[in-house]
Amino acid sequence: MSLVLQTPRSKETANKKDQLRFLTCGSVDDGKSTLIGRILYDTNLISRDNLSQTKKESERYGTQGQELDLALLVDGLQAEREQGITIDIAYRYFETEVRKFIAIDAPGHEEYTRNMVTGASNAETAIILIDAEKGITKQTKRHSSIISLLGIKNTLLAVNKMDRVNYDQKTFLDICEDYKTFCRKLTEFHFTAIPISALKGCCVTKLDTSIPWYKGPSLLEVLENIDVSANITDAETRFPVQIVNRPDQNFRGYSGTLVSGKLSCGDMITVHPSFKKCQISKIIEPTGPVKRSQAGKSITIVLSEEIDISRGDMITKSSSKPYVVDQLAAHVIWLDHTALLPERIYDIRFATKETTAQITTLEYKIDFESLDHHAAKTLKLNEIGFCKIALADAVAFDSYDDNKVTGSFILIDRETKATVGAGVIDYGLRRASNIQWHNMKIDKRLRSKRYNQKPMMLWFTGLSGSGKSTIADKLEQKLVERGHFTYLLDGDNLRHGLNKDLGFTDKDRIENIRRVAEVGKLMVDAGLLVLACFISPFKAEREMARLLFNNDEFFEIFVDTPLKICEARDPKGLYKKARSGELKNFTGIDSEYEAPLNADIHLDAGTQSVEKLVNQVLKFLEKKI
Amino acid sequence: MSNLSHLDKLEAESIYIIREVVACFERPVLLYSIGKDSAVMLHLAIKAFEPGPVPFKLLHVDTTWKFKEMIDFRDKVAKNFGLSLIVHVNKEGLQRGIGPISHGSKIHTNIMKTEALKQALDLHLFDAAFGGARRDEEKSRSKERIFSFRNKNHAWNPKNQRPELWSHFNTQINEGETVRVFPLSNWTEIDIWSYIKLRNIEVVSLYFSRVRPVVSRNDQLILVDDKRLAIRKDEKIEKKKVRFRTLGCYPLTGAVESEASTIDQIIKEIEISDFSERGGRLIDRDQIGSMEKKKQEGYF
Repeated sequence: MSLVLQTPRSKETANKKDQLRFLTCGSVDDGKSTLIGRILYDTNLISRDNLSQTKKESERYGTQGQELDLALLVDGLQAEREQGITIDIAYRYFETEVRKFIAIDAPGHEEYTRNMVTGASNAETAIILIDAEKGITKQTKRHSSIISLLGIKNTLLAVNKMDRVNYDQKTFLDICEDYKTFCRKLTEFHFTAIPISALKGCCVTKLDTSIPWYKGPSLLEVLENIDVSANITDAETRFPVQIVNRPDQNFRGYSGTLVSGKLSCGDMITVHPSFKKCQISKIIEPTGPVKRSQAGKSITIVLSEEIDISRGDMITKSSSKPYVVDQLAAHVIWLDHTALLPERIYDIRFATKETTAQITTLEYKIDFESLDHHAAKTLKLNEIGFCKIALADAVAFDSYDDNKVTGSFILIDRETKATVGAGVIDYGLRRASNIQWHNMKIDKRLRSKRYNQKPMMLWFTGLSGSGKSTIADKLEQKLVERGHFTYLLDGDNLRHGLNKDLGFTDKDRIENIRRVAEVGKLMVDAGLLVLACFISPFKAEREMARLLFNNDEFFEIFVDTPLKICEARDPKGLYKKARSGELKNFTGIDSEYEAPLNADIHLDAGTQSVEKLVNQVLKFLEKKI
Repeated sequence: MSNLSHLDKLEAESIYIIREVVACFERPVLLYSIGKDSAVMLHLAIKAFEPGPVPFKLLHVDTTWKFKEMIDFRDKVAKNFGLSLIVHVNKEGLQRGIGPISHGSKIHTNIMKTEALKQALDLHLFDAAFGGARRDEEKSRSKERIFSFRNKNHAWNPKNQRPELWSHFNTQINEGETVRVFPLSNWTEIDIWSYIKLRNIEVVSLYFSRVRPVVSRNDQLILVDDKRLAIRKDEKIEKKKVRFRTLGCYPLTGAVESEASTIDQIIKEIEISDFSERGGRLIDRDQIGSMEKKKQEGYF
């Protein structure tokens, strides 16, 4: 065990005290909330009215008989008090003569791990609680791995409920030894172990005669003296642009938080990803203009000349370079009940930059018990994996080790808008710059001119038997009659060749659509009008296809025929097979079809004739081709 | 260079949050409640966009039972800073004569505050609303995210909050959904007062001790602010040196006896106080888990 302590601090005046944000974590019933309640109680930080309310609640919900249940001081939600568990993190603010503290109480239930991750991302140190009776559990290991992943290096191991094991020294030392063995596999992970009883108040804020063999320090003393200062002012300068402040013609400034380093008037800066260089002429802090500013401040800067900068760009000093690439390698922790799907497009959010991302390779996931790496096809809720990620644009970022703010990101589901994943960046991948898109002399524009048409993708989606191919076939004939150059991509044709290795699972369906869209993109680049007919049941995949094209190049056509009619037509006899169970994962029967809500063209194909429907599409295309 | 002070860090964090909202939402609004927290929040909003103007409106949900002094202060602030202020009253509630004395705190707060707020948000199609709530105020607030997601009915689901990592806020919502944003989440009551002093921010004088007419009712000292507060037979109006630690509707907000008439004295008083800040707020205690229930219904 390594003690990471500074020399004891002296009593500081209120405004000069620094602040420590610490997380408490561990399994259910290890006593996290009781511990925080104990600290607050022992340091006289509970107001009289809160105490009397807690007494009232202790009688009703308390788990300590007639005694005051300290956990109820912290568990803020009704459901938490009723069930006696912590669901979401709670923030508690208190100060001692030495320091100000934000205690972040994390839930122990595996189900609520994502809430614990939320708390850990902003904590500087963590108390890992262990029940002396139970020893190290799976949840201890899971939480330690997450804490380590999120870059917390110095932690406290609080072996709680010592009263239940008769304050036995050997029990304590055995647990410490077990934990030490586990931690060897975590990088740069240090801990200070303390035997405590939060319930009885021993060794929490003061040492206690019931543990004569433990000579200190108490848990609170460690918290008061632990050194977690990261010197962000001496780090490389990073200023992600948050907003462009342009109230009128006379002022143009760039606002944001100076994440790390320093900036001074006169400094040469570089804007990423454009690599434009410029000089700082003015810096404004909330109190007014200053000559120089330092990490942590909210500032607005003015440059010596007008260059094109927008939100999401990163300003650095010209001497230091972040990664500016469109691929990266990162550890991702999954936070959603719907598993990660490689190849699916997610929104990704860096410090201020938002773009889209695709997990191109999932290298492995981490087993929390052994910390071994296992091959994985997906990440489920609360799992951590190592992935390669491709971005839609080049983005400026750092590795998480170098900078927590510019080295991390979240992933957002494009449909539900939920935060589904969080990532810490290991490194940027230069690969993309090696296989740069070849800029040919003969380009799309030239081919388009030669064919006298605007190339585009017409994407037909709808149930099997809805009439996609019939309509597209007729439409293609009409287009060719009018002198256009076309190509029709059909699901069945492609599955015989390019996609013959793919089945009908959700994952294979996504890959099928990705390939079709990529082939279609090449054909559009070749100058053709491409008609693609695919059931394409998932909104996210149709959206993925759309993203490959420019706005005026992709049109979604929803062939809307009711399931009943499709099933009655059943041209290939597939519905019959699906109903009998002979065919699995059949769209409309045992696999969902997510109908488009905002298709560019909506074809009422259950009632209208093919002729009419084709004319409807032609009319839509009239001025666009 | 020296390390940033605790208040510098809080200031920067809050300004960052306010700018994020403006960068990512179409129609933000600042819920201005006239209190000390609103005063700090407004100051930070002004600083976030200088030399430009504040790029959103202020909304005050007026229950018609606020202290007179608060209303005067509100109008003065809007005028002095050139801000666009919307005052919303639940007209239907007013017609029904809903009030804290006649209907009790629970019904009054629900109809004149929570319902009124939802009406105003829907009416103006605001997609993000700033609130001055702090996590140290109350237990259910201590559980809330900085960007707190609300469904189409403005309801909060405390059991399924979005993860919120680092300072990478997920600002995406689907149509009809909204967020409540709390830039002061990590401030404490003492931080607020220290900052008010540091930046010389003006606040309503009700916070400072003065001799005021009060009656003692349900263990609370209630200010006799206008004639609607009917004085019962067993009550008598007393002149006492009192101040308010928090401000709401006057019949629901208890005064505290105090000698603190300067900011320094207020800070000292809070430091040694045995009572919590919201101890004077009746609405927090009208049912068990009171604030959480109000929040789920859409209260700020």
